[in-house]
Amino acid sequence: MDRFIQLALSGIANGAIFALVALGFVLIYKSSDVINFAQGELLLIGAYLTYAMVEQFGLWWPVGVIVAVVLAALVGVLIEQLVLRPLIGEPVISVIMVTIGLSSLLRAIVGAIWGTTPRPAPQFLPTDTVTILGANVSIDRIWAFVLAITLFVILTLFFRYSREGIAMRAVADDQQAALSMGISVKKVWAVAWAIAAITAAVGGILLMSIFGGVSGTIARVGLIVFPVVILGGLDSIPGAIIGGLIIGLLQSFAGGYLPPEWGLGEVVPFIVLLLILLVRPYGLFGQRIIERV
Amino acid sequence: MQSGTFHTTYASDVSLRPYWPQRIRIVVVLVAALIFPWFADRYWLNLANTIAIAAIGAIGLNILVGYTGQISIGHGGFLAVGAYTAGLLAVHLGTPMWLTIPIASFFTAAVGAFFGLPSLRLKGLYLAIATLASQEIIIWLLTHGKLLGIGESLSLPRATNNLFGLPIEWLGNNDFAFYWICLVFLIFTVIFVSNLFRTRTGRAFVAIRDQDIAAQVIGVDLFRYKLLAFATSSFFAGLAGALTAHYRGVISWERFTIDTSILYLAMIIIGGLGSVSGSIYGAAFMVLLPAFLSNIARALSGIVPDINSYLPYLQQGAFGLAIILFLIFEPEGIVKMWRNVKDYFRLWPFSY
Repeated sequence: MDRFIQLALSGIANGAIFALVALGFVLIYKSSDVINFAQGELLLIGAYLTYAMVEQFGLWWPVGVIVAVVLAALVGVLIEQLVLRPLIGEPVISVIMVTIGLSSLLRAIVGAIWGTTPRPAPQFLPTDTVTILGANVSIDRIWAFVLAITLFVILTLFFRYSREGIAMRAVADDQQAALSMGISVKKVWAVAWAIAAITAAVGGILLMSIFGGVSGTIARVGLIVFPVVILGGLDSIPGAIIGGLIIGLLQSFAGGYLPPEWGLGEVVPFIVLLLILLVRPYGLFGQRIIERV
Repeated sequence: MQSGTFHTTYASDVSLRPYWPQRIRIVVVLVAALIFPWFADRYWLNLANTIAIAAIGAIGLNILVGYTGQISIGHGGFLAVGAYTAGLLAVHLGTPMWLTIPIASFFTAAVGAFFGLPSLRLKGLYLAIATLASQEIIIWLLTHGKLLGIGESLSLPRATNNLFGLPIEWLGNNDFAFYWICLVFLIFTVIFVSNLFRTRTGRAFVAIRDQDIAAQVIGVDLFRYKLLAFATSSFFAGLAGALTAHYRGVISWERFTIDTSILYLAMIIIGGLGSVSGSIYGAAFMVLLPAFLSNIARALSGIVPDINSYLPYLQQGAFGLAIILFLIFEPEGIVKMWRNVKDYFRLWPFSY
């Protein structure tokens, strides 16, 4: 039973981070129909920027984190302006490929600046463990969970009550109608990329703290968002959260209970992904607009 | 000046290359390909073989993505299936190359058709994500292959590299001999695929790409033709994979990760979607780009001392940048650039 709780808690904590990453992904997809294959690299950039601010420039960590997050948001806007803007109206494959090219370019830039050897992460989250229901959980995972939930609440409120948030929902719903109501679609896309970059940066910082170091493996998490968002529904924000938690738990249980040499933890999300796509392509909470032939 | 296409005989109407400049060009290219290996050293032969194998794989992917409009991010996985099928046959049964290559191709075609099943319900980016999942699942099978009796990497016995009992050393050294083998397979692939799109099946593929619902209305069986497109595409992936296995002699799963799938997608995007020659240009571009950069780095290493340690990032960054720049400035790829050049000279000096 202890083992079950242990696995469940670590699954939830990982799931919370997946959810954060997926959140940014869904945001971009919802407002601009762009599938962002570079989400993992946004994580990487967030983590390395924080590392640079705190360790290399020696800033006090709250300041360092804020500066890093702001810089990450700028990178997001820059990407949208320079790379995605010229491709408006191009076919799906072009948009997919351009984000793939982007991910390779970003990885190269990060690699050229910081190298590939893992670097120790600045420790600002406490690493002690606490015992919950007889299972040991390290505090940074609880932090990750709390932060993910907080961001989720903030974003939900933002979408429901703020002017910008409502504009984003309008654009997601119908670009033409939004345009004719005087909403600047360009601005909305820039904001969407900025928010996506911010959530990714926060996710990256949390991952850095959990892994205890920054290295290229953080970008690997970018792939896991695909099972998460498909499970939850590509255009659903609650879906991203619940999908993230489910995939996190699945991974944790599959890795923990099945023989470790099978290494099923990595592949289970993708098997789930294929099954979901076959049975319910719009996911648990997505809009049923999928066209079937 | 040529002002249109006027066929006066049926033979010229159905021929693949009706004009004499095209025929001259083919002869020139063929002659160049035939004399190239006698003058090239092993470095260039190796590059040429890599390009030829990549071109076969890229043409295969182009059948699926460029002609049938089904996006696949799982091509690396299918290459792996081809390579490992050939490798396992060669290692465990000592099957010679001239048998393993066709067997691997057909087996990969079957695997491809299986992973093409989701395409019946999904399209566009959903299909792309589904193929991404098949890629991850295939690679997982290979990395945890002990369960299935597959080692993580295989080294193929040299003795299996024979053609109908003749060892290929008879042709010359490994690179030289494989140059001819790859060339033959590449020519076969080019002729097969160029003709494929003049047949009923190929036209059905193109109809599915252009408007799948309309295609179904006029009687194209989507179930059959989509699976057929996946199978044909994977057939050539298997061919390329099996050739890689025999040429390199050692295979491991690292060669076939999602990065490989992306590399092949980049080849056909940069070369030109829906174009056989474009696939070859793209393959050449993507193989030569990193080689070119490492040559530049070697040349500059006297002036910029650290350049070699930055080389992998330079290559990766150039790869990403090439994709982005092509998509922004010439989404139709090298084929379109080449056509622009030709049009310029055809109309010159009256450019309007």
